Parts: sequence; structure tokens; C-alpha cells
Amino acid sequence: MTDLGPLIPRDREMHPEPYWPDYKTSVARSPHQPLLSLESGPSEETGPTFGHSRFGALDNNLILNWTKGAAPAVGERILMHGRVLDENNRPVPNTLVEIWQANAGGRYRHKKDTYLAPLDPNFGGCGRTLTDENGYYQFLTIRPGAYPWPNRGNDWRPMHIHVSVFGHSFGQRLITQMYFEGDPLIPLCPIAATIRNRSQLDRLVAPLDMARSRRLDFLAYKFDIVLRGRRQTMFENKLEGM
Amino acid sequence: MVQPLSHQPETPSQTAGPYVHIGLMPTYAGNPGYYDEEIGVSPVAEGAQGQVIEIVGSVYDGTGWALRDALIESWQADSAGLFPGQDGADPAVSGHCRFAADAVTGEFTLRTVKPGPVPSRYGRAFAPHISLWIVARGINIGLQTRIYFEDEDNEGDPLLSRIEQRPRVNTLIAKKIGDGRYRFDIRLQG
Ligand SMILES: [Fe+3]
Repeated sequence: MTDLGPLIPRDREMHPEPYWPDYKTSVARSPHQPLLSLESGPSEETGPTFGHSRFGALDNNLILNWTKGAAPAVGERILMHGRVLDENNRPVPNTLVEIWQANAGGRYRHKKDTYLAPLDPNFGGCGRTLTDENGYYQFLTIRPGAYPWPNRGNDWRPMHIHVSVFGHSFGQRLITQMYFEGDPLIPLCPIAATIRNRSQLDRLVAPLDMARSRRLDFLAYKFDIVLRGRRQTMFENKLEGM
Repeated sequence: MVQPLSHQPETPSQTAGPYVHIGLMPTYAGNPGYYDEEIGVSPVAEGAQGQVIEIVGSVYDGTGWALRDALIESWQADSAGLFPGQDGADPAVSGHCRFAADAVTGEFTLRTVKPGPVPSRYGRAFAPHISLWIVARGINIGLQTRIYFEDEDNEGDPLLSRIEQRPRVNTLIAKKIGDGRYRFDIRLQG
């Protein structure tokens, strides 16, 4: 097996602050001890793979997957699409992308969610897919509603879709959230604000993509995801075939 | 000005939030039947080589409260120290598991086989260990840690030997509580 070299160390400046008092739950849940830094080894450079055979035809269609195709969910129909790449701009093929979200009224199908907005009997709120050989993925879903949450006096989450990605290495594991272009709640959100680097927060805001929307059917939003890369170097590692 | 680097930074993390289980463990979240086969149900299948073990524990916040909403993923080698996909790896070991703190007690359980030592790029092997990744509401970027075992030789481990303070080393070592049973508690602070 070719040694692609260690993972590029995670740049913590590009990520949210773990301790962020405006997001109250983070106060007791953020690490106090300094993190241990270690060059990646096999435990971080390898990772689980998932075969195509386990995926159902509707797994990436949240409009239909809860009812197994019997009835569509309520809401603005959208296509969420993009690529999974690494820091070296290489596509990450055949990797698992999972999403979950609130319904069009801002309510999750979760026993702890007691928001006033009703459940949609035709919407479950989760989906999954594998990227193709070029790192592309897509989901058909509805635009989730904004919702209030108990934190400070009157906090609302902007419209968002939760996204989980594996990559090819356990050290690439990432969970993030996709926001929507033009949502006025983004600058007010204490969770979005945990990312202090403004250009990094912008990378979570998906633009409206009219070129990929389908007339009389759905609007499209593009969301590319970049995972950690490998420090491939020809001086430390043999090139393939040598 | 200089030429731009072709490198682009990693997408920033955001918290998994309180409802992560509906996305990643729909049956556990009370929404069964979503998928034919869920991800990470067990790290081992029938016939996996090696010692069957069970690890129990809790994830504690800074107030000493066991999180009820934590979701954990594990990743490990087989009993010979090979990861799935590597030549000769045990086909009955998928190596990956998803599990959650119990909604009432806050305790998690991981059933697997004990991994073997894993060779490192620079010589000294890593002692047997299981990698963990922890997400929950209030955790803004997933936390990585490892479970080592108190009944294994951890002396030369390249990670543990880098930690100066012995008490911190001990926080990474599971305590034996029975035959093939271990306890591993995770403290987010302290
Ligand atoms: Fe949410």
C-alpha cells in the first residue's frame, strides 16, 4: 500500500472556539486541558468504508424516504449538492455523507423536540449517500425552517442542514452545518459565531445555484466540503511503483 | 504579492447538536425502519478472531454530570493489529461502531474484540487501543481520544510516552472490572 504520508495537522484557527459562553452548553463541555498533539498514525490514516449494496434508492431523497415514496414532504423543494474534496483539492470519492434536519416548520422528528410547529407526517428528516468517483453528492430535500432554542433570551437557529462526512481516514471525520445564502439569522446565531474566522463561516453558507435548479420543480444550493489532506511528499515516501 | 498556495483550508466544524441521533442512529432515536442497514451497528461480525471484550463508561461534563446525549464512534484494528482494508485483515472485523450514552443512565457500552498492537511509521508499535470520536450538543468540534487497556504493555506506546503527567496517561487507560470487561470514563474537563 502506498504511504500517502501523515494527515496535515488540523488548523484549529479554522474551526470554532470550543469554549464560547454565548453558546451556554459549550461552557461545561469544552475541554479544559490542552489537547495532545501527535503525528497521525494508522489509527487516524485508515477509516471505515461502506459498500454501495447497503444503500436504498431513496436514501438521499428526504422528500420521499420517510414514506418510502408514498407521499411527498411539505416545504420548498431543494437540491443540495456539491463535492467532497481534501485540502490538496483532490476529490474524495465513495465516501459517506449523512444529513439530518428540521422540517419546513422548524421541527425535528425527535422526542426531545417540543417546538410548537407540527411534525410533517411525510417527513423524517435524515438521508445519506456516497460520493461518486469525482467526489460529487446530492440530496433532494425541503428547505428546513428556522427554529427557536433555549439559550439566551431569544435565540433562533438560522435555517440549516446538519452534515456528517467520513473521508477515507478516521482523522478526517467531520460534522458541520450548511446554512443558506441570504438568511438574516446567521449573524445573530451564537452557534455560527463560534467560528470567529469570518471567511471560514462564509464557507458554510450555500449559494443559490440557479444553473442546477429545475424549472417548475426545485431550487438548488451548492455546498462543497473540504476534509483534511495528506502531506504526500516524494522525499520521505517511495512513489508508487518504486 | 506571492503566488497563491493551491492548498485550501478544511471546512469548519459545527456542533452535532441535540438531535444528532435522528441523523446517525435513527433506530436509537425512535425512528426505526428508515434504512435497511444502519451504519456502525457492530465493529465485529460472527467469527471475529480474538478476545471478546465489553467496555462500559460515561462521558462527564465539567459539573460531573454524565451526558445523556453524547454520540460516540469507535475505530480499531483487528486482533492482529491490522485495519480493515489492509492485506490479511480479519474479514469479520469492520472496526467501526456507533454507540450512544443511555438516555436514562448516561452509560455507554461497546462490545468488540480486543485489537492487537499497531505498527507505527517510525518503528515502535502502538499498544492495543481503540480510537474514539465524541460529538454532542455543546461540543463545537468532535473530540478524539483513545482507549488503552490496563492489562496490556503500554510502556513503549508512542502516544502515551509523550505525555509528561502520569495522571493524564491514566485517563486514557481502561480499568479492568471483570473477565473481558473494562470501564473507561471520559471527562471533558479535568
Ligand atoms: Fe439543528
